[in-house]
Amino acid sequence: MSRPQRLPGQRPLARTLLLAAGWTLVALLGTFALDPFRNYQLALVAAYLCATAGLTVLVGASGQLSLGHAALMAVGGYGYALTSNALPFGGVARFVVALLAGALVSAVVGLLLGLAAARLSGPYLAGLTLAVVVALPAVASTWSTVLHGDQGVQTAFEGVPDALRRVIALEQWQAMVAVVVAAVVVTGLTVLRGGRFGLRMQAVRDDEVAARLSGIPAGRVKVLAFTASSVAAGLGGAVLCFVAQAVSPGAYTVGFSLLLVVAVVIGGLGSILGAALGSAVVVLLPWLIGRLTAGLPTDAAQRLDGNLAVLVFGLLLITVMALAPQGLHGALTARRRPIDEPVRTEEHTKVLVPTEEQR
Amino acid sequence: MTALLEVRGLTVGYGGAPVLRDVDLDVPAGSIVALVGANGAGKTTLLRTLSALVPATHGTVRLAGRDLAAVSVEDRVRSGLAHVPEGRGVVAELTVDENLRLGGLWRGADRREAIAEVYALFEPLARRRNHAGHQLSGGERQMLALGRALVARPTVLLLDEPSLGLAPRVVAQIMGVLRGLADRTGLTVLLAEQNVVGALSVADHGVVLGLGEVVASRPAHELAADERLRHAYLGF
Repeated sequence: MSRPQRLPGQRPLARTLLLAAGWTLVALLGTFALDPFRNYQLALVAAYLCATAGLTVLVGASGQLSLGHAALMAVGGYGYALTSNALPFGGVARFVVALLAGALVSAVVGLLLGLAAARLSGPYLAGLTLAVVVALPAVASTWSTVLHGDQGVQTAFEGVPDALRRVIALEQWQAMVAVVVAAVVVTGLTVLRGGRFGLRMQAVRDDEVAARLSGIPAGRVKVLAFTASSVAAGLGGAVLCFVAQAVSPGAYTVGFSLLLVVAVVIGGLGSILGAALGSAVVVLLPWLIGRLTAGLPTDAAQRLDGNLAVLVFGLLLITVMALAPQGLHGALTARRRPIDEPVRTEEHTKVLVPTEEQR
Repeated sequence: MTALLEVRGLTVGYGGAPVLRDVDLDVPAGSIVALVGANGAGKTTLLRTLSALVPATHGTVRLAGRDLAAVSVEDRVRSGLAHVPEGRGVVAELTVDENLRLGGLWRGADRREAIAEVYALFEPLARRRNHAGHQLSGGERQMLALGRALVARPTVLLLDEPSLGLAPRVVAQIMGVLRGLADRTGLTVLLAEQNVVGALSVADHGVVLGLGEVVASRPAHELAADERLRHAYLGF
């Protein structure tokens, strides 16, 4: 008897946990091979991965589009920073408590947004989430006594623990912490998507009426998906705050929010590996372009600085969509899909299996 | 016989235009009731109202004596009222197995047993359990939609146009399965059909809808034999 086919990304729990532990170990060991700047970049990729992984599950699995995930990252960052500053103790304990507080605050905001999002779809939902990120600077200014307006909130320095200070540098410690948090987020999202809740999300995404007629409370599923995605983004924001030791509205602009969506689309919508690839592109592309333009005359380099990266992102998005509509991850897995594996597209269906009407 | 599903004075409209007017309907336990009528008679709207996909303007719906007025779509399914909508309602991107699991996600431990029973009932589905919904033929999709509803172990099954676009052989197979389930397990079925001959051949009772009103409600064999009614409302 053939084994039931699993959806992309669906694996037995033990295998998922084992894979997660293995990749995390590889990434942690990898930090020893990187110089401080590369470790800083790795920490950024890990922080962005938290947000993009949450976003790709939200958009790809539950079918809800969010253009405001940068704001949810900011919420996590502010939650982390304010808690960290308020705690009377320091060290790893302060980091953990502040991180959990960041996750909690982003969960509450995500829940409230999710309640509104469950009633909306398409451009209306996109508009609502975009409004949240647009409103962020105004919110920071309105509550400036707490959020300190455009200046943002500085956090206390979280250095390398005493026991490790002789072995690793600050950037490596930050990269290691970021990798561990990203691993927890990615594993959690993978388990969530691969289990019963994942099946519910996909049913609601594909056919809400059919899902409801199967006894699935579609509204509740949407709200929970939004909340889970928000927690992931909030943890990403908290990690970013831990690395930068500050959080401010200027770091979470509309442009950055759209960049997160671009990262998810380039990587492959619905794919967590794709989210990782997209996050790496977002971090590394501006740096690569900076390296390439460094040899140009100062005037030309200054003109291109910042602008060229946006142009290349746009071109990359168009190219990937034209050549690999399923994103980078889709392009990679398409090459190794077994011949007998069902292809999930209507176009192929028409050729492979004629319907009664077609017969 | 006491009605398991009881509809009284049901009135439904879209944007003020009435589609159903003062509909009374009794579906006795363990029976198949065929709901027949021409296009636009209100069959689909009646079924969608019974499963709460469309709100009623007036009237009551009772399942085993329980008023379903404030009960949501999902909770009606959990109360035993399963609806297989027109156009199948299969989740196209999920496999056959996943679609069946979906039907019983809210159930407890007997989900696997229920899925095995569906595979035994619809053997073609067992062969294609790993294929996505959109890779199935029309008949297989209908079997899957029906199977997914059965995994929920309903007491009442609302079935909307199961013969739509299917070959007569497949329709006969599905009708045969319905009759068998009603006889063997006591499943109650409200079957909305344009294929009047097929529906009345397996039904115990027939209800004719005409422009949103019940124009006749009689034993199925009597309806099939009433030449005047057949010409006026059923077109054969």
